Amino acid sequence: MAETQTSLQQLEALSDMPVYGIAQADKERLLGQLLVSLHAHHQQQCNAYRQLHAEPLSLVAGLSELPYVAVRLFKLLDLKSVKDENVLKCLSSSGTTGQVPARIYLDAMTSRWQSKILVKILQQFLGKQRLPMLIIDCPASHMSGAALNARSAGIQGLAMFGRHHTYALNADMSPNWDAIDAFCQKYQHEPVLVFGFTFMIWQYFVKSLRQQGRTIRLPHGHLFHSGGWKKLQSESVDNATFRQNVEAVTGIARVTNFYGMAEQVGTVFMECEQGYLHAPSTADVIIRDCYDLHEQATGEQGLIQVLSALPFSYPGFSILTEDLGTLHGTDDCACGRKGKYFSVQGRLPKVELRGCSDTAAAAL
Amino acid sequence: MDTQQQLQQAFSDALGIPPEKITDGLTYNTIPEWDSTAHMVLIAELENVFDVMLDTDDIIDMSSVAQAKLILQKYDVSFA
Repeated sequence: MAETQTSLQQLEALSDMPVYGIAQADKERLLGQLLVSLHAHHQQQCNAYRQLHAEPLSLVAGLSELPYVAVRLFKLLDLKSVKDENVLKCLSSSGTTGQVPARIYLDAMTSRWQSKILVKILQQFLGKQRLPMLIIDCPASHMSGAALNARSAGIQGLAMFGRHHTYALNADMSPNWDAIDAFCQKYQHEPVLVFGFTFMIWQYFVKSLRQQGRTIRLPHGHLFHSGGWKKLQSESVDNATFRQNVEAVTGIARVTNFYGMAEQVGTVFMECEQGYLHAPSTADVIIRDCYDLHEQATGEQGLIQVLSALPFSYPGFSILTEDLGTLHGTDDCACGRKGKYFSVQGRLPKVELRGCSDTAAAAL
Repeated sequence: MDTQQQLQQAFSDALGIPPEKITDGLTYNTIPEWDSTAHMVLIAELENVFDVMLDTDDIIDMSSVAQAKLILQKYDVSFA
């Protein structure tokens, strides 16, 4: 339990530092110490993790020496570092019919840290105030199965920044024009928050508006979206095309993408003004070669490993994803944020469809 | 209704539990009725009842009924 206390204290300290103000050399040390304690915590609390990574750990060269857990192990194993009676909720990541969803066990403490850090990160973009919020999805009561879990968790995180939450879609994913028109009429002259999953915004909102020859006006809106580009890439829709189309049909010029996953809720990598994704103080990324998994140099594509200081109730502080990404630099992004910045190119080929927006795609 | 009763009623309405169960020691995520979904309903209810605008720090900090009082006091709502 000493390790648990140590890592908590280290997290407290780290969370008080500027979200994007820690130079990489300092982060390697501060986040490194924390994750070494978390490693020991999970060795003590989770048998399966101890079997995967039995070795004691001290980092010499840096964060790249941390062991990692392949993301699909959360589907195959019940990875849990809390007693059953302390499980607050089990988050199942998106998985379509026939696919096994991952199971992420959350206790009250981990859940609280997830909200706390998510808010800290988003405050960097939104300030502390809450805005009228349009959610490009159907109400959670209309979702079913694993989609409910992962999608509603994503929406819930962002919903903390909203007020007068309005859902733009009906249960059949058609636009709810009454709700949309009422929202736009009421709030067209003030800042509003719009959130949805990338594919759903494209498929059920942008396309629907275009097909029906309609536009809405939310010129002071700020759109945040996440959930993967895989399905959009097959339609040759890249970030620039997405932005142009969103602005054309909604008048929203401020569009911010972010990268995150159900296995590390609370840890989000936000897109900056330069179009790069940034690691916050409590998280980091490492890009690894797809074949031998050695750490890639800046500019080379590879598998994305995500590090997060938040997972206490499940051993997910260092996860090797099946996403392809490229590190573009460290501490020197033109936006001024410190640390690593990167981009995501998509999913490793021959990997099952996953991601909140991609599972909706598979249902088409 | 004094502010204490208003607070209890707001919690009771938002969480769907009897007002007498709303004590200062009641803490977020310790009863099934006060989960993250109910928390946002609660925030909206407190904003309506006390005519305040809570920010995202307030949402995170509002971890108990006692904390809710402290936060509302920042917005000039006083509890006897």
